Amino acid sequence: MPDSIDTTTSKPRPEHFVAPLEETPLEAIDTIKAEGKPSNLWIDAWADLRRRPMFWISAALILVIVFIALFPGLFTSEPPNSNCQLANSNGAPTEGHPLGFTRQGCDVWSRIVHGASTSLSVGIIVTMLVFTLGVLFGAFAGFYGGWVDGLLSRIGDIFFAIPYILAAVVIMSVLADYRNVWVISLAIGLFAWPVTARVLRSEILRVKNSDFVTAATAIGVPRFKIMWAHVVPNSIAPVIVITTIALAGAIVAEATLSFLGVGLPSTFMSWGNDIAQAQTTLRTAPQVLLYPSIALSLTVFSFIMMGEVIRDALDPKARAQR
Amino acid sequence: MLWYTGKRLLQVIPVLLGATFLIYFMVFAMPGDPIAALYGDRPPAPGVIDQIREQYHLNDPFIVQYFYYLIGIFQGDFGVTYSGQSVNDVLARTFPVTIRLALLAVFIEMVFGIFVGLISGLRKGGIFDATGLGVSLVLISLPIFVVGFVAQYFLAIQLGWFSPTVGAGAPLEDLILPAIVLASISFAQIVRLTRSSVIETAGLDFVRTAYSKGLTRRRIVPVHILRNSLIPVVTYLGTDFGTLLVGATVTEGIFNVPGVGRTLFQAILRGEGPTIVSFVTVMVLLYLVVNLLVDLLYAVLDPRIRYA
Repeated sequence: MPDSIDTTTSKPRPEHFVAPLEETPLEAIDTIKAEGKPSNLWIDAWADLRRRPMFWISAALILVIVFIALFPGLFTSEPPNSNCQLANSNGAPTEGHPLGFTRQGCDVWSRIVHGASTSLSVGIIVTMLVFTLGVLFGAFAGFYGGWVDGLLSRIGDIFFAIPYILAAVVIMSVLADYRNVWVISLAIGLFAWPVTARVLRSEILRVKNSDFVTAATAIGVPRFKIMWAHVVPNSIAPVIVITTIALAGAIVAEATLSFLGVGLPSTFMSWGNDIAQAQTTLRTAPQVLLYPSIALSLTVFSFIMMGEVIRDALDPKARAQR
Repeated sequence: MLWYTGKRLLQVIPVLLGATFLIYFMVFAMPGDPIAALYGDRPPAPGVIDQIREQYHLNDPFIVQYFYYLIGIFQGDFGVTYSGQSVNDVLARTFPVTIRLALLAVFIEMVFGIFVGLISGLRKGGIFDATGLGVSLVLISLPIFVVGFVAQYFLAIQLGWFSPTVGAGAPLEDLILPAIVLASISFAQIVRLTRSSVIETAGLDFVRTAYSKGLTRRRIVPVHILRNSLIPVVTYLGTDFGTLLVGATVTEGIFNVPGVGRTLFQAILRGEGPTIVSFVTVMVLLYLVVNLLVDLLYAVLDPRIRYA
């Protein structure tokens, strides 16, 4: 309070008290309890996840699906495309063929088992592609800002303007002679990354003014290294969440493209193909369509549920809203 | 507002150019000769090929070809289908059907989604809320064609409540089942968005003020809470329009709805490259326009956006 103010003429003011120092002993606020448990977002999230039954259910489902995809031979002795006898067309379940037969007389269960690896490989390849492109575009745009941001964000807008399944339809119909797991993954992933980039960019904009970034700049860490070692790892949490959900989206996209007839050729085991082929006999043999649909939905469900629980664990705000 | 509209319009131009360029590039810079594909196994006389190449500017550099295509689009000419019909004629015939289907679907998902989301949000943690969250998680996991077939089989074929396919002229009562299926993809997202938005708004100061000055719940819920919670839901409709277009393609294919989506669906099944490109271009343009409108609507609803 400046002394020059004439206190005699001004209105009476409340007196101000300052607590004497000896009554509130100050502790050093910057001490670190070395013996305490280390804690960060990931450790907290893991502690949170471990307590959730939803997490364990989805993890178990995903493990089972991965296991089926890796070792289909353990679940069915039947190779997917042999032993198809038209005499069995749309046949009822028999000994050793628990789910009956397709229109071509193939064993439904073995086709479902062998289709798991196709769905999963497309899901994983697309996710890796989307993650790589999204993180590269999002990180540079968010961290460097200015014209870099302008350029990269506009490129993202252009790719975002074409719904990715429609783009994949165009690519796959052009590349009709080259359809395989890699091409279809590329076709889906090439237009699916802008969402990831946008999420990472906005998260980086929030993080990059934090004290630890200033501290890193102050001790002379190069900007490029600050970005990869400090800013990106601290902004990646929401990206992990949408990546898990994007994996489910990629599996749906593959099945949708196969269903539309621009996906994998019928020589590949694909749930989308099987559903498309079964639709002609929907009235007479709905079970042939139902079983691959269940397999597909269950796979998608487990990844989406996983993404949801990870989101809840990583985002305290979402936790408060439950 | 005028300034914001202008800015937003200017932003669309590079995206429009870029997106059409990408589509064009994907199709015409890729391996394969379109003329050879047109004739299949029996090659025509060499002179015919030259004439067609000249007619469709195929001898010009790629970028010049792109400009011809772009000029066509701006003149409202989207090309010709395989069977020789002009795409514009096909659009004029099929578009109203798709619009009807899409509007019906958006209406269903908005009414039910916002209703369920509002109740869930107001009774957070209750039985209704928990059930709603569970159902929405399951619905999100179901691919649209699975929903389509299940609905077609159980509701139409088994129970006979609806017609399994859409009749000529696409009467409204035939469109109800396809619209429900189409609405099911976004229904769950709208429920969740409304729910979290309602929970957030209900905790804000102005709602507390409204309660403390003695307003009734009957007035606070629709006027103070719901209206302020709807902004994210409206924006979601814009970003979700792409899903709606893809969903319409699948749904119209399943239920045989004579709309734009089924035309695209059949073109895909027959492998008619140029027709696919024309229709995808139309859909992308539509998507951009809808997003532009939603952004403008967003600015009308939320003054913070206008002045940002």
